[in-house]
Amino acid sequence: MNGVAFIVIAILTLAAALAAATLQKLMHAALSFAVTFVGIAAFFFLLGAEFVGLVQVFVYIGAVAVLIVFTILLTRRDVEKDRGFNWSGVVVAIAVFGGLISAIFKTQSVSVAAPAIPALTVKRIGEVLMTNYVWPLQCVGLLLTAALIGALILVMEEKG
Amino acid sequence: MTDSLDQIFVRGKQLLLSSMAHAPDWLVQIASSLINIFALLAVFLTLFALMSVLERKILGRIQNRYGPNRVGPFGLFQPIADGIKMLIKEDIVPARSDKIVHFLAPVLIAATAILALGIIPYGRGMTPFRIDGGILFFFAVGSTTELAVFMAGWGSNNKFSMLGAMRAIAQMISYELPLIITVLPVVMIAGSLAPDTIVAAQAGYVFGFVPRWFVFTPWGAAAFILFFVSGLVESNRTPFDVPEGESEIVAGHMTEYSGFKYATFFMAEYIGMFAITGLAATLFLGGWHAPIRILEFIPSYVWFFAKLNALLFVYVWLRGTLPRTRVDQIMNFAWKFMLPMAFTCIVAAAVWHYTGRGLRGWLWSLVVIAIVYTVLSTLLDTQKKFAPRTYRFAE
Amino acid sequence: MTLTLQLFLIVSAALFCIGLLAALSRRHAIFILIGIEMMLAAANLNFIAFWRFSPEPRQPAGVMIAIFAIAIAAAEAAVGLALVISVYRHYRTTNVDQLDQLKG
Repeated sequence: MNGVAFIVIAILTLAAALAAATLQKLMHAALSFAVTFVGIAAFFFLLGAEFVGLVQVFVYIGAVAVLIVFTILLTRRDVEKDRGFNWSGVVVAIAVFGGLISAIFKTQSVSVAAPAIPALTVKRIGEVLMTNYVWPLQCVGLLLTAALIGALILVMEEKG
Repeated sequence: MTDSLDQIFVRGKQLLLSSMAHAPDWLVQIASSLINIFALLAVFLTLFALMSVLERKILGRIQNRYGPNRVGPFGLFQPIADGIKMLIKEDIVPARSDKIVHFLAPVLIAATAILALGIIPYGRGMTPFRIDGGILFFFAVGSTTELAVFMAGWGSNNKFSMLGAMRAIAQMISYELPLIITVLPVVMIAGSLAPDTIVAAQAGYVFGFVPRWFVFTPWGAAAFILFFVSGLVESNRTPFDVPEGESEIVAGHMTEYSGFKYATFFMAEYIGMFAITGLAATLFLGGWHAPIRILEFIPSYVWFFAKLNALLFVYVWLRGTLPRTRVDQIMNFAWKFMLPMAFTCIVAAAVWHYTGRGLRGWLWSLVVIAIVYTVLSTLLDTQKKFAPRTYRFAE
Repeated sequence: MTLTLQLFLIVSAALFCIGLLAALSRRHAIFILIGIEMMLAAANLNFIAFWRFSPEPRQPAGVMIAIFAIAIAAAEAAVGLALVISVYRHYRTTNVDQLDQLKG
């Protein structure tokens, strides 16, 4: 793993996340949200979980970001900006960050370097999905079906 | 001799890399990737230039006229003239558009189209980037195109663009499902998501003369047709070019782009077409394998590009022959016909595998596909019985 | 620099807090959903980081949890956005400060 790559990806991701959290113009914030997920997918690649990184790009950027952008379009009312920003949220976020950082630094066992690994192939993920994790797979299938039907029912125009 | 001709590009690259053998390891890796990228760009940008003029000539011949034939022998230097024209045009950006988004949209579309080219095996040992989940990478990058199309439509601050972008995205999302599900039988039978393994699974010959390509199995043929049609839709080509229908919404999401940015959109569409046909050739037509044992002396990349060009010719042929479909017809077709047929292909592939991969498997999977196809076509029949046509004046 | 687990945890904690910031301080309903998605992504990053730094023999549990979490997050985003659209149809606003009555 490369230190330079880590720093670059970390800066990209955190900057895009900050932009998504604070920009006033709705569309720019939504597009920075997509860039954040590109950064997170890059992290997954760096950590050697390529399948998860590809699924992340596929699901989040290809589907969730498009959904969010469409919803912004459909709920616009000619207002391009999100006026109003609650500053108490910043205080809470900084407090939580401080708490997490102190917890991380107090733990000694997380200062290890990465052990070398054989790559996790898609074949292995498939085997594990079909043997150990077959119940969660079926439950996720049911959940996705329920979400699909539920979302459709929620946005269908009521007749009359 | 034939082997060295086949591996000429691989040997050339190894020669280039050996000239810098004293450099540190990461530099050699970067140099290797850069050589791959430059070779890929050189080949596909040349193919794009050639394709832009050949398409117009073929369309012209279908329409009983010559295509462009002024600018060079048989008009083959037309891309140079087109390129100069695009470069010297004034770049008009609408005043109230969103400048950053408007600028980034063609860049992003071109970037995702070129990224998708990186995992296709072009010849024996000539895959630019080997990723374990190569097919998934292709589709992940392809699904990013939708966001870029949306950025183009929204960034132009134009209702036609927005409408065109939404139509384009609706079409692309609907056909992404059949596109991916038709690839599933191939992945299932080959047992891997890496394109190299899938091409290797199509090596050899059945009965000594029929190649083991997946297109010669019933589920493979059905999946190939479905994949090909979905690829047509994904690249916004006629008969599915509703997003850029010139007679309806000017140029859809590309309305407000002039000059080089329009050329970038154009290039991105063609490179997307190359990527989809390249993937179709890899998954179904055996990649770089030769069709007959006698012709195996011809280098592998020649076979790959021959298959690619044959599929591109069919694309252009369809463009010249078929009229544009309506948006609701496109959606109906995707959800009511292609998706069930795509699932049937998976079942048929499993049936083929489990009844032995020989003649018995062939017949059983053909039965499965035929039953579902007949049921679907009778169910989806529009029930309108038309009266015989009568002509008022043409008797 | 050698990459330790701490660095990845710090990045994911920062991402989580930025998501929390978006969820708490934005007034537009869609951006609260964006904040929630960012928090879920930060948790996924945490899982994968711990998976990567775990000792041999490595179980694929971290990767599995991340895959399922991505699927569930996508489903939840879809339903959440459908809710936002249907609330907008009713109240013509997406500002959560104005959605303060249980009466329909």
